[in-house]
Amino acid sequence: MTPEPLSPPPPDRPEDFPGPYEVPEDLIGAQNLSLYYGRGEKRRAAILNVNFSVFPGEFVCVMGPSGCGKSTILNILAGFVAPSEGRVLLSQKEISGVDWHRGVVFQKPPLFEWFSVWENVAFGPKARHRPKEEIRRSVAVFLERVGLSAWADKKVYELSGGMKQRVAIARSLINDPMILLMDEPFGALDALTREKMQDLVRKIWWNSRKTIFFITHDVDEALKLATRVLVMTESPGTIAREFSLGFSRAFIEDSDDRAWFSEEFYRARKAILDLIAGRADRDAEAALGPRLSEKERE
Amino acid sequence: MRRFFANKIYGVLAAGIILLAWYLVARFADLPRIILPSPGGVLQKFWLIWEDGYKGHSLVAHLADSLRRLFIAYGLAMVTAVPLGLLSGCLPKLRSALDPLVSFYRPLPPLAYYTVLVLWMGIDDGSKIALLFLAGFSPMYISSVAGVARMRPDYVNGAKTLGASSQRVFFLVIFPVALPDVFVGLRTSLGFMYSTLVAAEMVAAISGIGWMVLDASKYLQSDVIFMGIIVMGLTGIVLDGALNLLERKIVFWKGRE
Ligand SMILES: Nc1ncnc2c1ncn2[C@@H]1O[C@H](COP(=O)(O)OP(=O)(O)OP(=O)(O)O)[C@@H](O)[C@H]1O
Ligand SMILES: [Mg+2]
Repeated sequence: MTPEPLSPPPPDRPEDFPGPYEVPEDLIGAQNLSLYYGRGEKRRAAILNVNFSVFPGEFVCVMGPSGCGKSTILNILAGFVAPSEGRVLLSQKEISGVDWHRGVVFQKPPLFEWFSVWENVAFGPKARHRPKEEIRRSVAVFLERVGLSAWADKKVYELSGGMKQRVAIARSLINDPMILLMDEPFGALDALTREKMQDLVRKIWWNSRKTIFFITHDVDEALKLATRVLVMTESPGTIAREFSLGFSRAFIEDSDDRAWFSEEFYRARKAILDLIAGRADRDAEAALGPRLSEKERE
Repeated sequence: MRRFFANKIYGVLAAGIILLAWYLVARFADLPRIILPSPGGVLQKFWLIWEDGYKGHSLVAHLADSLRRLFIAYGLAMVTAVPLGLLSGCLPKLRSALDPLVSFYRPLPPLAYYTVLVLWMGIDDGSKIALLFLAGFSPMYISSVAGVARMRPDYVNGAKTLGASSQRVFFLVIFPVALPDVFVGLRTSLGFMYSTLVAAEMVAAISGIGWMVLDASKYLQSDVIFMGIIVMGLTGIVLDGALNLLERKIVFWKGRE
């Protein structure tokens, strides 16, 4: 059995924290999203009729075969592209275009190489014309949070890949966005660094109660981080299954990586891989529990 | 820094070999002075012109006249072509308006329209500067456009998700992203303008290093021609080197991402 996703919040977390599925109002509602590329004969759907919600405080991971439209969905949520059909609601208001309430972390972080680490992190608050004193304070806080306090004055090219990604995360978080959208942020990192970054993101998610929408092709990453996983089908992409996971929470509550070596972990892992490879069967149903339908969530 | 000089050694060596070959050929091949003046003769001429000047102006004055025209035209081209190119890269409508104009005049040989410029602007510096300006404009414009067009859209998208206005994105993101390409244009332009300089000084000039060479060629003064060419070449190396230095200072992140 998977750990219970609806378990009450742990004692070190304030009771008023709106955990997954406990609030009626979703933060993001994606309704009938479709996006077509090309014209005439060549017109084909990258994603077709995608529906999902993201609730405050959730850590949603999206998985699926390459080219199934994961990035397309994220680009629509961020506002970089408009869907051909459907709409996205952010706190019940339809989004149009890009704004700083949705932070984005890219796989290859487009850091500003002409600025120092400090200036990169300060970019958001400066753009929003925050007072100088406040900017100084919050940059220090967020550099500390990603463990780069000592690197504030370094140039971007002096950083390793993992550090660059930390800067990108700090740069997004400092704006206190309503949701953090991450597109395979650790895909280009080596295994050891990736694990460190996963721990960092999990810690930040837990302590800051941020809502995170996270694309990955690494099934272990999804299992170790997500409170909910959306699995997409081959293109044109739609969401085939979604299910709740509790390994991430179990890890934090136990402060121990026991959960990674449990039998449930391996069964869930196999079930997800089977789903992505199109080998879904009854075993998956057994390992991941029944499908979560809209009704069940309410 | 030591590597820098170590690599320069080979350039100096190559130049030395050519100088030596020149000296030997001039000394032993028994060619007429007009075909190949000796290095010593050219050096002598250099001192002579350095002290007495050439036709009313000192060598420094000739060089200064040329460089003044070059720099004025270069500055004008820079402050127009770079902003226009960057804007064109961002605004497809502006680009489709400007691109045809630039691609129309760019391949024309400068001398083809120089006459028209002289007719319009007279024989003074105005027409020369205009000619140099046009020669320098297109490379700067084209590479500025390319610098924006080649940018990963993530840069602009990323900046916008951080709350930056379009202005902020343009000045703090698009401009620096395009800077390495802008510098490619600046260097190409410099070379292009420099080679147009002689053409610009062909008509109705009485000073300038290019004019000096052309004037000397009328009287088959090979040593003056050689001297002028070497001075022009060395000046070109210094200018390009200065620009290179500036680029490394300003675009310090280039090639280190
Ligand atoms: N600009 C575009 N023009 C045409 N087709 C595109 C464009 N961008 C994406 N596509 C197509 O849309 C589909 C979905 O692309 P998308 O990048 O969202 O996939 P993905 O799931 O993120 O893949 P990956 O795991 O490789 O990152 C792909 O089949 C791709 O070929
Ligand atoms: Mg992708």
